[in-house]
Amino acid sequence: MTALLDIHDLAIRTGSKSLVADLSFSIAAGERLGLIGESGSGKSLTALAAIGLLPEALMASGSILLDGHQLVGACDRELVPLRGTAAAVVFQEPLTALDPLARIGRQVGEAVRRRAKRDGAATDKASITREVLSLLDQVALPDTGRIFNAWPHEISGGQRQRAAIAMALACKPKLLIADEPTTALDVTTQAEILALLKRLVRERDMALLFISHDLPVVAGTVDRVLVMQHGRIVETGAVADVFAQPQHPYTQSLVVAARAFDDALEMTA
Amino acid sequence: MSESTIIIASVEGKKRRSWTFTIGAIIVGLQVVIGLMTLIWTPFDPSAMSGGRLGAASLVHLAGTDRLGRDLFSLIMIGSRIALTVGSGAIVIGGLIGITIGLLAAFASKTLDDVLAAGLDILIAFPTLLLAMLIVASSDGASLTTAIVAIGIANSAIVARLTRILAKRVLSMDYITASRISGTSWLGVVMIHVLPNIWPTLLVNLALQFGLAVIAEASLSYLGLGAPPPNASWGRLLQEAQATVYTAPLGAIAPGIALVSLVIGINLLADGLRDLADPTRRSRR
Ligand SMILES: Nc1ncnc2c1ncn2[C@@H]1O[C@H](COP(=O)(O)OP(=O)(O)OP(=O)(O)O)[C@@H](O)[C@H]1O
Ligand SMILES: [Mg+2]
Repeated sequence: MTALLDIHDLAIRTGSKSLVADLSFSIAAGERLGLIGESGSGKSLTALAAIGLLPEALMASGSILLDGHQLVGACDRELVPLRGTAAAVVFQEPLTALDPLARIGRQVGEAVRRRAKRDGAATDKASITREVLSLLDQVALPDTGRIFNAWPHEISGGQRQRAAIAMALACKPKLLIADEPTTALDVTTQAEILALLKRLVRERDMALLFISHDLPVVAGTVDRVLVMQHGRIVETGAVADVFAQPQHPYTQSLVVAARAFDDALEMTA
Repeated sequence: MSESTIIIASVEGKKRRSWTFTIGAIIVGLQVVIGLMTLIWTPFDPSAMSGGRLGAASLVHLAGTDRLGRDLFSLIMIGSRIALTVGSGAIVIGGLIGITIGLLAAFASKTLDDVLAAGLDILIAFPTLLLAMLIVASSDGASLTTAIVAIGIANSAIVARLTRILAKRVLSMDYITASRISGTSWLGVVMIHVLPNIWPTLLVNLALQFGLAVIAEASLSYLGLGAPPPNASWGRLLQEAQATVYTAPLGAIAPGIALVSLVIGINLLADGLRDLADPTRRSRR
């Protein structure tokens, strides 16, 4: 079986500086993979590369196969039809993930309309609206009628992130890339969004690339995990194994930190 | 409790907005009506003697007469039409060229962007009036059209630089990436996200350019590079009144007031329009 996303020997550099090197991993259809690493280790760049959206100033080499298409060296025209259908992204910062000057319904609707056009489905206003409302409902937004007509600044951060997830879902991707989708949220909202993502991935049979710098968050969400440091993969394996027997010093420090946090919680309880 | 404060705040926001917007709309609207009216009617024939020379203001000649006995109020009314033509013409030309170049630079590769940015900086460093004078002087003769084109081109550099900076900031946002992921083309990104987001700021700048264009044309006319009466701009009227400013100050004061009021009106209107175009301002204030 061919993988949905197959990255081989990926290197990303800007001029002479290497940002990501020797990166190889693959995600099968329906698989959930976690990507952990400290800030600046190249997680977001890897995600952008996986969807062919690296900034122009950066150069990628190696091989990225997304749904059987080579992305490295591909031109924009070849990439447009792949984006969204093969993979969609949920970003870290819910405030900048939505256009402040477009109502929620319109933004999600735009993604719905593009997907409907590709599928040859109906693109009249009524069916788009119906689909948008259904998506808002699926991401468990309350009062969908009001949120449909709301501006991004009129809803909460957690609700914005749900709307952003609805937008990604509107593309009906085979792979959902979530780049630290919960970092900007409080703990309760964070847990809700994680549960939502897990449910959606299961229901829609999507693959998930989940990016975070938080080990416990990743551990509860994915099957397999990659640990990155300074642009390289330093450890990989099933979540349980990596958690139980971390090999690399960086992973060990992550596990120790997570344990210490748990212990501290227990002590106060 | 917070519910009621929000309501009060939004009512106050509405009041404030309508204040600038209404005054601006009244001033500009009045000038537009007067300008259009001059196409079919003026109180007196602006090219004929209709009273004594340098007559004072009276109920018949609201702004007195000029040194050839022509009715100044009629001439000022025509000046309104000319000012509006110059302002709109210059911002249409400056806006179209400027926004196009600015967007191109924002999307261009680094090298092309650097070249464009440097070119714009040079053009901006060039005084508008000097540039306009060069263009007017190198064309057949001073006409209103050459003045409009010249001022428009000079303004386009400023619009282009602003557009480039604003567009670059918008393009770096996650929602652009999200939109691209859903399959939006670059043109779609510009239409759906970039233009609406840069529009409020751009609009205020264009209004400023409108006012500056009117003033620039008045300056060109004042230097003798504008059309003579009866189709004279306010700048030309000011120039004509210069020699007699001590004996008949009204000849300079009246067109001056017309000029200043239009520039203020346009800026108030733009301020109001920006608030309307920006939903975060609409409800936050
Ligand atoms: N457009 C760019 N040009 C040059 N360098 C960049 C660019 N974007 C990112 N980098 C650099 O690449 C490195 C990796 O960035 P990346 O955004 O992938 O980090 P990250 O692992 O996602 O971090 P975080 O957890 O803070 O989001 C950083 O050192 C960053 O400075
Ligand atoms: Mg990141």
